[in-house]
Amino acid sequence: MLELQQLTIQVRRDILRMVHKVNSGHPGGSLGCAEFLVVLYSTIMNRNAKFEMNGYDEDLFFLSNGHISPVFYSVLARSGYFDVNELNTFRLLNSRLQGHPTTHEGLPGIRIASGSLGQGMSVALGAAEAKKLNNDSRIVYSLHGDGELQEGQNWEAMMYASAKNIDNIIATIDLNGKQIDGATDDVLPMGSIKDKFESFGWLVVEINNGNNIQDIIDGMSKAKSLTNNKKPVCVLLKTMMGNGVDFMMHTHAWHGKAPNDDQLESALKQNPETLGDY
Amino acid sequence: MKKYTYTEKKDTRSGFGDGLAELGRANPNVVALCADLIGSLKMNQFIDENPERFFQVGIAEANMMGIAAGLTIGGKIPFTGTFANFSTGRVYDQIRQSIAYSNKNVKICASHAGLTLGEDGATHQILEDIGLMKMLPGMVVINTCDYNQTKAATIAIASYEGPVYLRFGRPAVPIFTAEDQVFEIGKAVNLTEGNDVTIVATGHLVWEALKASEILLEKGISAEVINIHTIKPLDKNSILESVRKTGCLVSAEEHNHLGGLGESIARVLALEHPTPQEFVATNDTFGESGTPAQLMEKYGLNADSIVEKVEKVLKRK
Repeated sequence: MLELQQLTIQVRRDILRMVHKVNSGHPGGSLGCAEFLVVLYSTIMNRNAKFEMNGYDEDLFFLSNGHISPVFYSVLARSGYFDVNELNTFRLLNSRLQGHPTTHEGLPGIRIASGSLGQGMSVALGAAEAKKLNNDSRIVYSLHGDGELQEGQNWEAMMYASAKNIDNIIATIDLNGKQIDGATDDVLPMGSIKDKFESFGWLVVEINNGNNIQDIIDGMSKAKSLTNNKKPVCVLLKTMMGNGVDFMMHTHAWHGKAPNDDQLESALKQNPETLGDY
Repeated sequence: MKKYTYTEKKDTRSGFGDGLAELGRANPNVVALCADLIGSLKMNQFIDENPERFFQVGIAEANMMGIAAGLTIGGKIPFTGTFANFSTGRVYDQIRQSIAYSNKNVKICASHAGLTLGEDGATHQILEDIGLMKMLPGMVVINTCDYNQTKAATIAIASYEGPVYLRFGRPAVPIFTAEDQVFEIGKAVNLTEGNDVTIVATGHLVWEALKASEILLEKGISAEVINIHTIKPLDKNSILESVRKTGCLVSAEEHNHLGGLGESIARVLALEHPTPQEFVATNDTFGESGTPAQLMEKYGLNADSIVEKVEKVLKRK
């Protein structure tokens, strides 16, 4: 547990330093999902050491809300997919660490491009269907923003998943209640996302503190236990955007804005180095 | 001049359906998806023989493209089937990000392309799809001319690794290419030899080009007819070799003149061998309801239109 907490703090530092260096990127949602991705890659997923695109006989993860690439890149690097020093190249010309994740540059750990929102659930379903055809019993995980659910393709995918009994998928929704233009409830209120998933035939697991490592472990373990039951599984992960940096929390202002030098210093002071900076 | 005849007419979409069925038997990784148009796409045989490898997604084309992209990750070779309009314009961003940019091995198979779906009108006709798809980096774009060629192309693209757009149509058209043809992606097929003009045609316009060449012969004009089934990558050497001999060219396609085959040829000519060219294509317009023959006549996409454009280009030599 201490190890996971230390890793999370280091991932926060990576996120902050990456976006600060290029003065662009999306720290808010990245910080909000740091605990989740750390837990997913460290303890929940059954992963092969060597990256192969086809991912036979291992769990897969798809990031649909691609703008939180900083946390994705950090967790991939710290899970051994590529050298952590490559985080230095985030958003730079000729980098494999593009602004939004892509397979185009051959970065290990990434299986689909994302960034244009709403497409990841369909892709995850296709990968889940392929696993069934291959008699591969591993699970497909995906992560989506709550604002992202405003894209209609998600609802096509949700309909399909339950209609076709896709029960080897766990789709997690990052419920941080915020999007670029403000609170999700102000931009386009969606009502109860839980009710919507349930009425579409999904099993829903709620993680009420999505920034608490133990809660994530418990919730994801429960979600795993619900797979192979003829129904798709959804995790509603309530997170705090900007978590771990006091001035980035309780606001949507840091959705897509980088800290300046002083702000970085303050943010890093709140998250002292644990496993070593890149 | 070599003369082409036919004994049977058949729709190109049946060539797709029969090719897919053959693939289903030969390659266990081939899977198919459809968005509520199984009958129109002639996918029944594949589905009957391989129910576990078929995915009916309902009227949800965006989801279909994403699922297809995901299936490739598990080593599958997905063939998606719906009308050309719903295979391209409706799902452009899904294709762009999840398939083309992600370099996924998806075969986007599109029926009812162009005007010749007829009476349904402009909402279902698409004259912009070649342009949309050829602009996507890495996308192969194929438009086949008859049943045999469509069947051969369907089988051939399964062996090619990467995204492909395969465009075909609804009406029954003459079968004039060989049943046992070898389909080579990116390789033009020279149908007739001629010295006065090069006619480069794709899709349903290939047969019209052959008819035009016979009318032209009676007028003492010898036309070289080239069938371009692969618009991207374009076989520029075949085109250049021909125009170096004939000195002028007419392109013919069931598509808008903006973004189509003709424009791709014009670029090659402009860069490598400036040559007078005329375009048989629609003139930046939507289609409308009507029979296929009526529409092809009204929009200038038949043998007579090709003859007219040949006579025009010859004066520009």
